[in-house]
Amino acid sequence: MSGLSYEQVARFAQQGGTLYFVVIFLAGVVYALWPKNRQAFRDMAHLPLREDEDDHVGS
Amino acid sequence: MTDTTAQQDSPPGAVALLILSAVGAFLALIATGLSPDPLFRLEGWIFTFAALASAAALTVGVANGRYQADPGRYEDGVIRAGAIATVFWAIVGMLVGVVIALQLAWPRIFYFPEAGWLNFGRLRPLHTSGVIFAFGGNALIATSFYVVQRTCRARLAGGMAGWFVFWGYQLFIVMAAVGYLAGITEGREYAEPEWFVDLWLTLVWVVYLLVFLGTLWKRKEPHIYVANWFYLAFIVTVALLHIVNNLSLPVSLLGTKSYSLFAGVQDALTQWWYGHNAVGFFLTAGFLAIMYYFVPKRAEKPVYSYRLSIVHFWSLIFIYIWAGPHHLHYTALPQWAQTLGMTFSIMLWMPSWGGMINGLMTLSGAWDKLRTDPVLRMMAVAVGFYGMSTFEGPLMSIRAVNALSHYTDWTIGHVHSGALGWVGFISFGAIYCLVPWLWKKDGLYSNALVEWHFWIATLGLLFYIAAMWVSGIGEGLMWREYTPQGFLANSFVETVSAKQVANIVRALGGVMYLSGAVIMAYNIYRTIRQPAPSVLPKASGPIVAAAA
Repeated sequence: MSGLSYEQVARFAQQGGTLYFVVIFLAGVVYALWPKNRQAFRDMAHLPLREDEDDHVGS
Repeated sequence: MTDTTAQQDSPPGAVALLILSAVGAFLALIATGLSPDPLFRLEGWIFTFAALASAAALTVGVANGRYQADPGRYEDGVIRAGAIATVFWAIVGMLVGVVIALQLAWPRIFYFPEAGWLNFGRLRPLHTSGVIFAFGGNALIATSFYVVQRTCRARLAGGMAGWFVFWGYQLFIVMAAVGYLAGITEGREYAEPEWFVDLWLTLVWVVYLLVFLGTLWKRKEPHIYVANWFYLAFIVTVALLHIVNNLSLPVSLLGTKSYSLFAGVQDALTQWWYGHNAVGFFLTAGFLAIMYYFVPKRAEKPVYSYRLSIVHFWSLIFIYIWAGPHHLHYTALPQWAQTLGMTFSIMLWMPSWGGMINGLMTLSGAWDKLRTDPVLRMMAVAVGFYGMSTFEGPLMSIRAVNALSHYTDWTIGHVHSGALGWVGFISFGAIYCLVPWLWKKDGLYSNALVEWHFWIATLGLLFYIAAMWVSGIGEGLMWREYTPQGFLANSFVETVSAKQVANIVRALGGVMYLSGAVIMAYNIYRTIRQPAPSVLPKASGPIVAAAA
């Protein structure tokens, strides 16, 4: 193994982990709020409300 | 296996399954005959019998030209079977729960020293696996097959593979259950089945994943509806958890016993990484998928906020996977790992409540339906209990609170407010929705019986949780009580006898909850047996023959 100490590995994991989670979270929020996605999300939200209790594959 | 088509007399999926069943029966018979281990032979006979029954049924089916799938219709037969299996296993699993609750209240009841299989230690995993995997698992598989087809506008992929998943999963349940009663166990909580049953479940689960992915792949919708994201997270993560937690080395190829690849605290952490994510991905993500389809459908309102569903989905799955170490406070696990688990558990509060808010607010503008529609009310109460137990969980994960709550009945109460309140009620709601749709009925046989189910189960649930709060906090306080001389004030048996009244109330709550499930089973049976509605739905082409 290289000369990395426990403290160095821990610092990398802690800071890297924090950064990773914040970036992933912000990416999710940006995707959810992106104006261009608004209509697609609205359509998707209405998807279960279409009448399809019978067994004919819808189109 | 490819899609079965209507033109062929014997679809390749059915023939392939027939050959696999015959080969499986042959191999299982040889293994059964060669094994020196009587418990392994017992399981071997079960597998042999199941494979033979499968081969026989498939032979008759193929010979009579059944299994001719109509690509223009959804595959609903396997969902009908799943709905019946869900109700059946609900009653079995909850009945065993009532038996062991009575054993805790009166230790000599239902216990005969010569019948070891009636021991609490063997019945307890039967109850937990029965309700989580048999009842909950069948509810998840059945609803996921329904939701993925409807929201993708595509027939279930894989032809007969859906039926393999259904029957393969039932075989897993039976082999696990018989094994627990016979005394086979890996000793890993919620993962007690031994290595050969684990391998079988892995095969079934991978086919389940492929069927689900294949249906997503064929979809005619541009996007994947949020419920499918939750189902997919549930299927993928459970596969990962199951495989890693069960990495073990069998003592022999023809024996039941195996040893985990992990040891000591690594073993404990692996177990609780698995255990808590069984909560997070099996009991949460999967049932949130049910919520995201059936609550909007029943309320006839779109999801309150689709954006919130995206943010809380990704937050939930990224955070849950780290929360396991809170099960190991004050153990040999390093303190930083305990703190990590605790921190992530507290962070989970927000994405969990994101789901609760989204589910409840979907009802805004339709609140009056809570008064008139007991099925919708059941699902709304389920979401309420989801919110309550996902608040209680982070609280209990705090190390100082855990010092009081750990190993006490408070934990049992917490689990049951999630399992009975959230998982049970949302599944009942989904079944009440599904059965009239699948059997093409105008509605349920009786809404009054749903009211009875709702109220008797809700009251039983409240009895259960209240009793466990009292007994759990009580015994936790008794365990930590010291005399002025510095001795423990209570012997262990005193803390046990102090719980007897609470244990009786808990058993009563369990009986009431089980009674609700029995009422449901009767209502479902009468709904299925109802005469068809006078106005027949438009019929074109042959009826799918593979119907249950």
